Amino acid sequence: MNGLTVADTIKAITRDHLLRDGGILLGQCVSAVGWIGGTVPDCEGIVEIPMTDVAGPAFAVGAALMGRRPIFVVRYQGFMWYDCSSIVNYAAKSKQVWGVPVPIFIRAIAMEGNGIGHTASSSMHSVFMHSPGLPVVAPMTPDEYCAAWKWFMEHDDPLYVSEHRRSFVLRSEMKDIVSDHSEITIIAISAGRLNAIEALDTLRDRGIEADLFHLLWIKPFDPSDMILKSLTSTGLGLVIDSDFEIAGASRSIAYELMHKARVPIFALGLEDRVCGVAPELENITPSTKRIFETVQKLVQDKRAGTIKAF
Amino acid sequence: MIPYIEKKFPLEFSLELFRRANFCRLFELKVKEAYERKFISIPIYLSIGTEYNAAALSLALQEVRIFAQHRCHSIYLCFGGEPEALRDELLGLPSGCSGGMSGSNAIQGRSIKMFGHSGLMGEQVPIAVGAAMASGKPCLTICGDASVEEDYIYPSLGWAATKKLPVLFICEDNDLSILTKVEVRRSWSPVQVALSMGIPAIDITDNPWLLAYHARKMAENLPGFINVRSVRVLWHAGPGTDGPPEWDRYELTRQTLLEMGLHREIELMNDENRQRVEQLWIDVFRRAR
Repeated sequence: MNGLTVADTIKAITRDHLLRDGGILLGQCVSAVGWIGGTVPDCEGIVEIPMTDVAGPAFAVGAALMGRRPIFVVRYQGFMWYDCSSIVNYAAKSKQVWGVPVPIFIRAIAMEGNGIGHTASSSMHSVFMHSPGLPVVAPMTPDEYCAAWKWFMEHDDPLYVSEHRRSFVLRSEMKDIVSDHSEITIIAISAGRLNAIEALDTLRDRGIEADLFHLLWIKPFDPSDMILKSLTSTGLGLVIDSDFEIAGASRSIAYELMHKARVPIFALGLEDRVCGVAPELENITPSTKRIFETVQKLVQDKRAGTIKAF
Repeated sequence: MIPYIEKKFPLEFSLELFRRANFCRLFELKVKEAYERKFISIPIYLSIGTEYNAAALSLALQEVRIFAQHRCHSIYLCFGGEPEALRDELLGLPSGCSGGMSGSNAIQGRSIKMFGHSGLMGEQVPIAVGAAMASGKPCLTICGDASVEEDYIYPSLGWAATKKLPVLFICEDNDLSILTKVEVRRSWSPVQVALSMGIPAIDITDNPWLLAYHARKMAENLPGFINVRSVRVLWHAGPGTDGPPEWDRYELTRQTLLEMGLHREIELMNDENRQRVEQLWIDVFRRAR
């Protein structure tokens, strides 16, 4: 998108929606301090709602029922525990129960590290994958964000957009990496993609080639032929995510891929422990080091024959 | 209380009030019978006892978006929802107002701008507030004395007051959360909460003329909040009863209409409604035989 950052892209999309399409944006403190990392334009259509994470999403549902296609901003994705009730129980269900669509573009913004702690931090898209009627997308580049927005405007469903603050400064697209000599196929989600790219360099230095695929759509999940071909070729897969691993997107997608590709596929996400504030106690997106060590171990096991294709 | 308030309304209004409430009563009695004879197998939330609230609101308010919750059959019927679609919904048929997906507690009527309810008590209130904010059009939202305690309500009232949103909040107060009385659950009054936020609010009985009077008055300058002391005659869910109602608004109103000399008119209406309701349900009961 003309060399814009993801933040600038979001801002431009939002401005067009508010000024041209009659849309509105609702959120708490959206027009204060950094204007949500520079993603919110200063224009008509911004609606500051009171500090009500319980009723706030229901305000957005009401606005969607009136045809305004609201953008609903949740500054910390961890707060979705608060915000989920009307999104899951009304917005997601209404079309199937009453035949009345509730299109809301839900900007759930993940932020992690820097002592943000156990509640505000992390991505929560896995929880929302459970909800029928709620597609889930995790854009990390300007073009991906545009694609997510285009999909939203062409459909009448609510859309859970799992954003990550680390994407806001990005300008470049991320291309899939495929090699004839790869020994493992990595499928990465959200901020896990950035760490996976870095890990690939270290792995290469240690003589391990890996294919890397960037995942935009988490639900519905429809693996490309390229992913399946790569998995068949390498005979080993790993899904990396910025959400918790247990009962999370990484394991769910690994399960689906395993059935389709008939090769062993593992998952790597947040550990099953609470994130602390001190740096050594944090529990965040698998680091480059953790990805490197996991991939190295899997490939070594495959070479040793302890991991075998089905 | 406004003495002889019924006399402030034209006779046509009072007769229409009866016609609507009477139809609801007869319809609901048929639902009750259908449930007891096992033609309906889903949970039912009957509005027997509160039909006049629905009738009064439907006559007092025009062109409102409606956001109600369970026990809303009468709201649906009085505002002009098709009884056939409600019947079919309760029977779980594709021709139901939600194709059998929502059942008794989440009734919608698209032609009357009545939106469904997800089952989360009180959620309809912020949805109504959001709809009013986004559209600028008047919205009616109805909750109960229990759902008014939900976390959704306080910020909704507050935002409606702050933004002067066109929402009429009705709390149908039957003093029960299933069977737990208000005095056990809280020491505060929602009317006082609304007033403290600057929303005109009043606590009244379910006299339909009184409700219509205040609803009309408030509709001129929304937001507004009315707590309507009401009686649920039957169980929270299902057709049973725990004894006679504390008061019988249906009978009290009939007595008032008789005192107004409308005996013949209401008998005729009752006959017409009864025939219509019989026709509505005749196939259901016939099929069952």
